[in-house]
Order: sequence, then structure tokens, then C-alpha cells
Amino acid sequence: MPTSLEEACQLLSSDPRNHVALGGCCWLRLGSRRIRKAVDLSRLGLDYIREEEGWLVLGASVPLRQMEIHPAVTGRFDGLLGRAVSSIVGVQFRNLATVGGSVYARFGFSDVITALLALDARVVFHRAGEMSLEAFLSSDGCPGDVLVEIRIPDDGRRAAYESVRRSSTDFPVLAVAVSRQGDDWRVSVGARPYAAQRSSEAEACLAQRRGAQAAGEAAAAQLRFGSNLRGSEEYRRRMAEVLVRRAAQQLEEEQG
Amino acid sequence: MKVTIILNGTPYTREVAGDLMLLDFVRSCGCLSVKRGCDTSNCGLCTVWVEGTPVLSCSYPAVRADGKRVTTLEGVQEEAEAFGACMAQQGAEQCGYCSPGFIMTVLAMARELTDPTEEEIAHYLAGNLCRCTGYVSQMRAIQAWLKERRREEQA
Repeated sequence: MPTSLEEACQLLSSDPRNHVALGGCCWLRLGSRRIRKAVDLSRLGLDYIREEEGWLVLGASVPLRQMEIHPAVTGRFDGLLGRAVSSIVGVQFRNLATVGGSVYARFGFSDVITALLALDARVVFHRAGEMSLEAFLSSDGCPGDVLVEIRIPDDGRRAAYESVRRSSTDFPVLAVAVSRQGDDWRVSVGARPYAAQRSSEAEACLAQRRGAQAAGEAAAAQLRFGSNLRGSEEYRRRMAEVLVRRAAQQLEEEQG
Repeated sequence: MKVTIILNGTPYTREVAGDLMLLDFVRSCGCLSVKRGCDTSNCGLCTVWVEGTPVLSCSYPAVRADGKRVTTLEGVQEEAEAFGACMAQQGAEQCGYCSPGFIMTVLAMARELTDPTEEEIAHYLAGNLCRCTGYVSQMRAIQAWLKERRREEQA
């Protein structure tokens, strides 16, 4: 149980293949990997939510449940982050699972990453420093490093979230987050089943006011989809078109 | 590691292994209401409160609870008795295996939400699975108990 970020990094980097950082510890027992050393990050004081000038800052140990109930989070982006996490298992689970754990693991099914990507979030690592979430997702990750916080531009962006699930608390078959500030749009599609990615084509459609339907079609055509036990590639592609259209329509109707 | 956990108001000091989960710790202290279900953070059977917050004890390392207050059903028996009566009246106890975790979540919900709607109740309880699939009778029991509580508060 390290009490400083440097100590945590030293412990983790001594053998990143066999050491695991403990965030919320959820699903740890679903895996079969042999863990030689577990480094508990819960004493690093990273469970803060700060409203800084132009930024909403989430410490990596903030539980997902706080996305649903903390006024600094629920009062921004049309409650996007709360809506994105509200179908994840149950309240007890979300009291444990952390935003940092969701981001660091880069799970393809992550509702959290899908939402954060649509908000242009940035991630701050103790050693690697600050980078965009998008850059982190396309990198080789940061083994042996500790994610300190997630910084979200507090730019008054409006946002909408849509997902389709086989049952209400299951992983999403597909997840979509769309945000808008004037004609500046972000379209993020997750659980394809690959990690969330933005669709520049869909964003261009919306910026040029070609409509939500065109944006849905553009996202479905541009992004790569795959099959797993929750859904086929074809189904996901169709759903991407529908969910992007629905999310974009919500924001078109609200802002005109 | 040596830890001291305040379990239902009583401090327990034990030497524990780093991979011991809170579920096993509280059961070793005699709190057998806490059940092992999926053991993988999905079913809600092992729900306890840590500092008043409902968590899954199967996925909570015991060392992390060092110095903290942990509450199990054994620690809220009086409050649980009134709700238990509503469960019995509505046939919501069924096989009873999931009841302790379910009751702990219901009591936590009552502290957190004021006059929850049926939709809000279902959402809050979504993490408590019942293999008897008696969610309708559970919902009736919760609503009857909340109504009773409101009546008592107003009296």
C-alpha cells in the first residue's frame, strides 16, 4: 500500500508483467492471471473532484458512483458521465470501480472511455505526464506508471449518450456519446467491440449541418466493427448508424 | 499485515494475508449473514457497508478496511426486522440466500434516496441478483416498507 505516487511507480515498474495496480478491484477475480504483487493505489489520495479554471478534474480513484451523484459532475455536459456509468452492474459495484481503472485498462466495452472521448478529456500520468485520452488509447499504454487524474475541458459542451445492451446491466453491445458546442461536434463510438474511437466523418457532417442521419451513416461507414458473443459486426454497424443519429438529434433539437 | 476493523461497532484486530477479501474476514468474525455468491463482483449477495457505503465484500481487500467501520446485517438487525416483516408479508424472502445482501442495499437506498420512485428503486437494486427471480414481490415489499416508514415519520 504505497502512500506516494513515486513509491507506487517504483513498485509497479520493478516487474510490470507480474505486478498489478489495484484500483476498485472489481472483476479482478474474473481473470486467471497469476499476480505476484498487487500494489494498492487507494492510499494515494486520488479520490478528488476539482473544479479548476476551465477544467473539471477527476482523480483516478474517484468511484464511478460519484459520476452519478456529485453535483460538479452531474451539473455538467447534460449529466453525460452519470448516464454513461448508470448501467454498469449495480450501485455497490460503482462504489468500488474507479474512473482511473476504467480508463487505464482501455476496455473495449468501456462506457466511461466512450463518454470521456466525446469530451476531449486528457489523462495525466505520474511519469509520462499529460496527454490526450485519444493519444493514450492509440499508444502502447503506460506500464509501470500510475494514472493520476483525468482533466475534462469545462467548456459548457452539451452532450448525449446512447447505448444498446442485451440486458440493462450488461456490457454494451454498442455505446455512443455525442457532444456539441455550437458547430463543434464530437462523436465517439465504443464497444465496437474495440475501444472507443471518434468518427471525424460524422463530426464533419454535423459541423456542415448535413443532419443526424448523414452523421450516423458516416460513422457506420468510417469505423471498424467486429463480432463477439454480444453482437455481430453487421449488427453493430447498423446500431452505430441508429445511435449516432439519435444522440445527434437530441442535441440538434436542444440547440436548433 | 495487522489490521483493525470496526465490525458492527466492535474492533477486531487480526493478522491477515494481502489477498484476503473482506467477505472472508467478516465471516471469520462470525458474521455469517454475508454470503458468497458469484465471487466476481456481479451478484450483490456479499453487500456490506464500509463507512456507510454499500460495497461488494468479495472484491474489497480486507487490508483496505483497516481502521474503517464495516456494517453487516448483524449490525442493523432492528432496522432490518421491520423490512423483514414486509418481505415475509409479500413473499419476497423466497429461498432467502440473497436476502442479507438485498436488505443491506435496501437500507442503504433508504438513507440515500428520498421517496424513490419504482424506477429509482429498480435502478438502485439492479446490482442484487435473485436466482428465484422474485423481483416483483421484492418491489412490493420495498414499497410497503417505505410507505410504513413515511407514515411513522409523519405520526
